[in-house]
Amino acid sequence: MSVQTRILPTRFGGASKGTAKRVDAGKGGKTVAQAAKAAGQSVVELRGIEKSFPGVRALQDVGFDLRAGEVHALMGENGAGKSTLMKIMTGVYQPDAGEILVDGKAVTLRDPQAAQALGISIIHQELFLMNHLSAAQNIFIGREPRRGFGIFVDEAKLKRDAAAIFRRMKVDIDPAAEVGAMTVARQQLVEIAKALSYDARVLVMDEPTSALNETEVEHLFAVIEDLKAHGVGIVYITHKMDEVKRIADRVTVMRDGQYIDTLPAASTPMSTIIQLMVGRELADQHRATGHGTTEEVLRVTGLNRGKAIRNVSLSLHRGEILGIAGLMGAGRTEVARAIFGADPIDSGEIHIHGKACRIGSPADAVARGIAYLSEDRKHFGLVTGMSVRDNVTMASWGRFMQGGFMQDAALGKVAEEYVRKLKVKTPHIHQETRLLSGGNQQKVVISKWLLRDCDILIFDEPTRGIDVGAKAEIYRLLEELAAQGKAVIVISSELPEVLRLSHRIAVMCEGRITGELDGRTATQEDIMTLATQRANAA
Amino acid sequence: MTDTTVDGAQGAKPGFLTTAALQKAVAFVVLVALLGFFSLFAPNFATGSNMVGIMQATAVNGVLGVAVTFVIISGGIDLSVGTMMTLTAVVAGIVLTNLGMPLPLGILAAIAAGAFMGAVSGFTIAELKIPPFIATLGMMQIARGLALVFSEAKPIYFNDTPSYQLLSPVSSISAIFPSIEIPNGVMIMFVVAILSSIVLTRTIVGRMIFALGSNEEAARLSGIKVNRWKILTYAICGGISGIAGLIVSSRLNSAQPALGLGYELDAIAAVVIGGTSLSGGRGTVTGTIIGAFIMSVLTNGLRVMGVQEEWKIVVTGVIIIVAVFIDIFLRKKS
Ligand SMILES: Nc1ncnc2c1ncn2[C@@H]1O[C@H](COP(=O)(O)OP(=O)(O)OP(=O)(O)O)[C@@H](O)[C@H]1O
Ligand SMILES: [Mg+2]
Repeated sequence: MSVQTRILPTRFGGASKGTAKRVDAGKGGKTVAQAAKAAGQSVVELRGIEKSFPGVRALQDVGFDLRAGEVHALMGENGAGKSTLMKIMTGVYQPDAGEILVDGKAVTLRDPQAAQALGISIIHQELFLMNHLSAAQNIFIGREPRRGFGIFVDEAKLKRDAAAIFRRMKVDIDPAAEVGAMTVARQQLVEIAKALSYDARVLVMDEPTSALNETEVEHLFAVIEDLKAHGVGIVYITHKMDEVKRIADRVTVMRDGQYIDTLPAASTPMSTIIQLMVGRELADQHRATGHGTTEEVLRVTGLNRGKAIRNVSLSLHRGEILGIAGLMGAGRTEVARAIFGADPIDSGEIHIHGKACRIGSPADAVARGIAYLSEDRKHFGLVTGMSVRDNVTMASWGRFMQGGFMQDAALGKVAEEYVRKLKVKTPHIHQETRLLSGGNQQKVVISKWLLRDCDILIFDEPTRGIDVGAKAEIYRLLEELAAQGKAVIVISSELPEVLRLSHRIAVMCEGRITGELDGRTATQEDIMTLATQRANAA
Repeated sequence: MTDTTVDGAQGAKPGFLTTAALQKAVAFVVLVALLGFFSLFAPNFATGSNMVGIMQATAVNGVLGVAVTFVIISGGIDLSVGTMMTLTAVVAGIVLTNLGMPLPLGILAAIAAGAFMGAVSGFTIAELKIPPFIATLGMMQIARGLALVFSEAKPIYFNDTPSYQLLSPVSSISAIFPSIEIPNGVMIMFVVAILSSIVLTRTIVGRMIFALGSNEEAARLSGIKVNRWKILTYAICGGISGIAGLIVSSRLNSAQPALGLGYELDAIAAVVIGGTSLSGGRGTVTGTIIGAFIMSVLTNGLRVMGVQEEWKIVVTGVIIIVAVFIDIFLRKKS
């Protein structure tokens, strides 16, 4: 930290005058935000940035600028180059060409430390924390306060300093708590604290809310407002339109590695932004219209599992899309996992096509025609070291065997087909999936289960991290599946998505099903009422 | 801002700390149970001289275990500690016997040789990106070969340096407290363990080692010079192997160049039994020492009971699997 305190003042003394001034004001509120914006000048500017990876031209002549005290949303389809651009701005990648200006002066950011020394930090799409270390240890890793000839870590000071940052953020996290045992929301706050500990003036957040529930999102927004009021410039990458409207001051849209436009967030209609992102108008109907048949495919009765699932009963019909809504932690994923045989159940019965059956493992489930798309693609859905082709076809390899040999040509053909259908952005089907952008990884997982051709498909947060265009495409695919006579369960935290897709909606709260709604007539309020209907209140 | 709602259940009380403590406790209970069992059923087990024998037998494996604990917590593995021990013993032999230098120089040379070779392993792993398993498998053979070459495949005796006995069989402490006949080799093991434990839990070096094992990419993105710390980790491991080399050769009063192969597996077994995770980021030196004791108590107890020597190997194998099972079981529980 001593490094920055030496570097920063000289920088501030140089080219720019305004940036060093921290806007001092109370908490939150529009006036404060506007005051900060008025004071805002470009802290960081990118000019003519180019970046290529083998087989991929990720960025072409992209420009971008960030002012002090603004929230600048960066939007674009999956693979548009948002994460790559921000990695260049924060020293993770080196640009092939182009200029980075900090406070109006050209700089070279050789590595993340160089960026951090200038007060530029990033919270990556995939969190990068050391799970076995405590919050305080993570925040100051590599910069521990020392004592005893600089050999020993001053643990007391470490904790005190971390506690001070948490206090400043108005969050109550125990600095000594292990990061690995925290919820994603708290881990994110630890990452923010880490960035702040570098005296960040620029903070990049890459899809920070994709794994948060509504309360957690509110809390994050409060932290962001506070940072903004203190003059921190924030780049906010998201696929959620409503978030942009709520917290962004300006929006920059990218498409296919190119800069498209920068617009004021408040006065630009959502449809304009979407149109700029996808490069065409999206004709998407807004509500589900169909309904399933009367043929029952899956019946679950009296399902129990500890406190997570309490006496859950469900039925699912051929040709139907059943939405399961609820707040995070309501037990939706647990129900899906229980049906899929991923977790043991305490009691309950499962009937498939009218026949009682015991599903002891995911292999049993798949054999009976049930597919489950997990909410956590990194851990359960994707073999990141394997190619797109192998991931897409993995669950169906049996079909592509002949005399003990894999039919590579056939594998390639279907993989190509799904890559085209879902518009997976990849140079070729042999690319390792870890090199795809976040949203495109999700599309690969979806392809895998679409190809498997199961009768019952359970999709848990299927569009997490997926852009609007691809979302519409996936909605269309799910509807097509239902129309073909498959039975689909969609678990989603996004109410518009549940309403958009579901023929019928089951709402959960605290492990119980609190009610069922007709998808064609239900409103967001209906769902929220049921989702918050706690047992003791009822 | 109300954040009581953010998350109440987790965060405040870290589940993992209690798990690690619990597991160490389990290993300790197993050790006590074994001691109790053999005391009851094996006559002559619970005698003073036998206990000293057990400690003697633990010293070398314990020190080697501590050496690999560093590497394993950092997310790597070191298969070369056994033959490295031999090589350093030979180096001590050459310096003391062949060159006739004074004892401190011999000690220094052995430890330095281990640290240097360890650093070489670390370099190939960090800079040349060779997987630790392969790199140290290579180093295992290199060290073994060099030990044979340097010694011309003959044992080197320390008859000219009588003070060499101070490093293991002699019990200096019994000169002060006549009732405590703990040999110096064992005292050295305890000192190494205590210092290592402090280094791992309190110093910057330890913090970096845990960070590497926990999430190397995160460490790199946090601005840590990952390669430098990795090389240091393997150097520490090599240096401590050098201490094991001194103890073993002092006990045998000779550097035996053919010795050493297989010691690395016992050392890794002690680490695993002690609850250190082979996937890195988690572990304790205390656990390793307890693990080393469990292994030598078993060997000794079975021998005293008159069980065929080779059964000990089978039992050790079972213990490793049970220990890892307990680890997985406890972690699932938390
Ligand atoms: N290390 C890499 N090697 C090869 N290709 C890469 C690498 N990193 C990114 N790409 C490619 O560059 C393009 C842009 O990726 P980027 O991650 O920036 O997209 P994004 O806009 O963040 O998308 P998303 O919304 O899905 O996260 C993608 O086509 C991606 O596959
Ligand atoms: Mg991205």
